[in-house]
Amino acid sequence: MKASFGRRYTISASHRLRTDALSAEENLATYGKCNNPHGHGHNYVVEVMVAGAVDAETGMVINMAALDDVVRGSVVDRFDHANLNMDPLLVNRVPTTENLGRAVFTLLKDALPAGKLERVRVEETENNFFECEGE
Amino acid sequence: MIYLTRRATFSASHYYWNPAWTEQKNEQVFGRCANRNGHGHNYTLEITVAGEPDPVTGFVVDLTWLKNVMEREVLAAWDHRHLNLEAPEFAEAIPTTENIAIEAWKRMESAITAAGGAQLSRVRVYETPEIFAEYRGEP
Repeated sequence: MKASFGRRYTISASHRLRTDALSAEENLATYGKCNNPHGHGHNYVVEVMVAGAVDAETGMVINMAALDDVVRGSVVDRFDHANLNMDPLLVNRVPTTENLGRAVFTLLKDALPAGKLERVRVEETENNFFECEGE
Repeated sequence: MIYLTRRATFSASHYYWNPAWTEQKNEQVFGRCANRNGHGHNYTLEITVAGEPDPVTGFVVDLTWLKNVMEREVLAAWDHRHLNLEAPEFAEAIPTTENIAIEAWKRMESAITAAGGAQLSRVRVYETPEIFAEYRGEP
């Protein structure tokens, strides 16, 4: 039977939202407080969902210890206690939660067994989150 | 189509063990979950039903009825129980979060279908706030 397994990880990171495509005034109008020149930070929650057949021998879609190794090795260690604007995947993009979610999806899709990754959800605060299914 | 979700919690103990394997392999694959004295969790069971709101009541389903289905079909069997030892579906199936979601679906689906209104759409089981599994009725 096909089921999904989900796991939540926390990363603490800083960022500043701005784009070269807009003037200083337009950046401020668009991004508000998130445009603060010195940046600011969040405790992000990265929720990873993998899907597949439940293995008859283990009762699992994926072994959580193996998933933890992949997510920590390719995502948590990369972004935790870092400045998102400096990350190679985000340096040419505005490090919004949408773009962070897409970067996380790209990293995990390559690192997990083919076809396993179903959805990445990134919560910037407890009141806002974004989901990416790789479309 | 409207999706309506209701949560309930239950507390249970379990362990992971495949009797076809050696003790060493069980410990290697399942880690601390292979401790055969068991351990426990406060689980959260989240069920989602899908349907159209009734033109008279405005309900997809009556939430009190849904609560009663969850309590009668699942909580009465699993709450404050040892899943491996007391829940017949886990005499053989390993009570992983994935299998708990699948078995919770099986326990509730017929009662929800028989009521003739909404369909069971999703069962999500949280083992901890950071770990969950979801089953959507796929074979």
